[in-house]
Amino acid sequence: MEDDIRELYQEVILDHGKNPRNFRHPEDATCEANGNNPLCGDKLTVFVKVGADENIEDAAFEGRGCAISVASASMMTNIVTGKKVSEVDALFDIFHKMCMGEDIGETPEEFEDDIDKLMVLSGVKQFPMRVKCATLAWHTMNAAVHGDAATTTE
Amino acid sequence: MTATTTILKSDTGAAYDVAAIRADFPALSLEINGHPLAFLDSGASAQKPAQVLERMDQAYRTEYANVHRGAYTLSQLATDNYENARTTVAKFMNAKTPDEIIFTRNVTAAINLVAYSYGREFLQAGDEIIISHMEHHANIVPWQLLRDAIGIEIKVAPIDDAGNFLLDEFKSLLSAKTKFVAVTQISNVLGTIVPIKEVVRLAHEAGAHVLIDGAQGIVHEGVDVQDLDAEFYAFTGHKLYGPSGIGVLWGKLDLLNKMPPYQGGGDMIENVTFEKTTYRDAPARFEAGTPPIIEAVGLASAIDYVSNIGLTNIAAHEQGLLAYATDELLKIDGLQIIGQADNKAGIISFELDGAHPHDVGTIIDSKGVAVRAGHHCAQPLMDRYGVAATARASFGMYNNTGDVDQLVGALNYVKEIFG
Ligand SMILES: Cc1ncc(COP(=O)(O)O)c(C=O)c1O
Repeated sequence: MEDDIRELYQEVILDHGKNPRNFRHPEDATCEANGNNPLCGDKLTVFVKVGADENIEDAAFEGRGCAISVASASMMTNIVTGKKVSEVDALFDIFHKMCMGEDIGETPEEFEDDIDKLMVLSGVKQFPMRVKCATLAWHTMNAAVHGDAATTTE
Repeated sequence: MTATTTILKSDTGAAYDVAAIRADFPALSLEINGHPLAFLDSGASAQKPAQVLERMDQAYRTEYANVHRGAYTLSQLATDNYENARTTVAKFMNAKTPDEIIFTRNVTAAINLVAYSYGREFLQAGDEIIISHMEHHANIVPWQLLRDAIGIEIKVAPIDDAGNFLLDEFKSLLSAKTKFVAVTQISNVLGTIVPIKEVVRLAHEAGAHVLIDGAQGIVHEGVDVQDLDAEFYAFTGHKLYGPSGIGVLWGKLDLLNKMPPYQGGGDMIENVTFEKTTYRDAPARFEAGTPPIIEAVGLASAIDYVSNIGLTNIAAHEQGLLAYATDELLKIDGLQIIGQADNKAGIISFELDGAHPHDVGTIIDSKGVAVRAGHHCAQPLMDRYGVAATARASFGMYNNTGDVDQLVGALNYVKEIFG
């Protein structure tokens, strides 16, 4: 159990949790959504600038939450920038499976690096109560780019 | 103090044998993640003594049938058990008669019953009601539903930064328009003990009726409803070392009998024709359908257990723990306690710099420590303190200084991880 804790709270996560990347409100965002985890009161807003060809030119977030949800949002905004919306959808699907401890099958080559990075968050699979913390940012991103104003993890 | 047994002197002068009490609670000998369980979440729901579990088991095995129905021995036995439970509850609260005791599903259902039945009968558009800033959602949302239905206004009695209920401010909110006051006896987040007797007195002077949410109060302080003189008092069984699925609404009998039914069905009627139905008096009027039969038996058994030890002895023990834990926690660098009211029960909400309560909860669980992390169903109160969540340690009669030491050790582990 304590090993699982150490695996969940790795340096990378603690670092992203303490010094989140892309923690800002870009003026030129084309869409945004609020994510809410009613269980713990955590709230995130994800801002995305979607350009030509459904290309994500910028992604950022604001809000407050636990180390896991903030680290996840921080890493996600790094990873999705430069990707197409459809690619982000596919990656979310894989990430969700990782967090649930499900088999993700063969890793698509174009996502190998991203999945490597996201792997640090897969430690939540040992903590079912915390899976929502890891996926909140992604649900919110999904809501933003697909036009839902708000999402909750319920 | 030693880690496993605390012998605190109670106010009766008798020794309080926490080790013997712990031995009655099977859950307390669990190992969680390789550590002995330090259960510090009794504020959310308490563990149950073997006496309660065995009594319920026995009642299910050998005394079970539906109540108030059959003319056979078992049904009579079940009915007697159920009605005796009502008497036990009535005595525990010093109600005038067991008829004033209505069994509900939990305290939430009890408050909803009052908001719906009393609210629609006695309140009207333009009337004001007062709740406090410390209420659990269970004592906020039913009143908002009523407001949306009939147009009453809800005023909020403030607290200070320490979490003290401000009687003067409360007084200045009272007016001829105030028709109802609904406040908690003890805050489930801050531990504040509200001066409810003063609240009742002032509310009555203004001509308002009062409901007290006793979910925490019944456990840590108890109540004498005749002395308190409020109109309604509600609590929930599972926090009082009894089973979940049962709550209690106490109300003044003449008032209860003026209130219309909340739900319709079997057991609550006098006579039903398709044209017109007449209703029985309280408590039957408010107990439509098959009630929580065995839960009532379990609750009565829990009350017997608590009464045997004595609520004042339990409260004294918890005060000792509260003082010890407050001192020990404040020694942790970067830890702040939210809620430092002058008069507090054994509930401590805290924040640890740099570590979100959720992370705290997960990490200390790996050391066997169970606390609640979240908004504690009191979001307006969280907003008052500018936080989304807190971690909360709450004490029951069985906690000891060893539990507190384990908590402190686990919090130091959190600090180690967060660096
Ligand atoms: C002060 C207070 N009121 C109401 C409740 C709701 O209790 P229940 O969920 O049993 O209805 C609680 C417990 O969560 C509480 O602490």
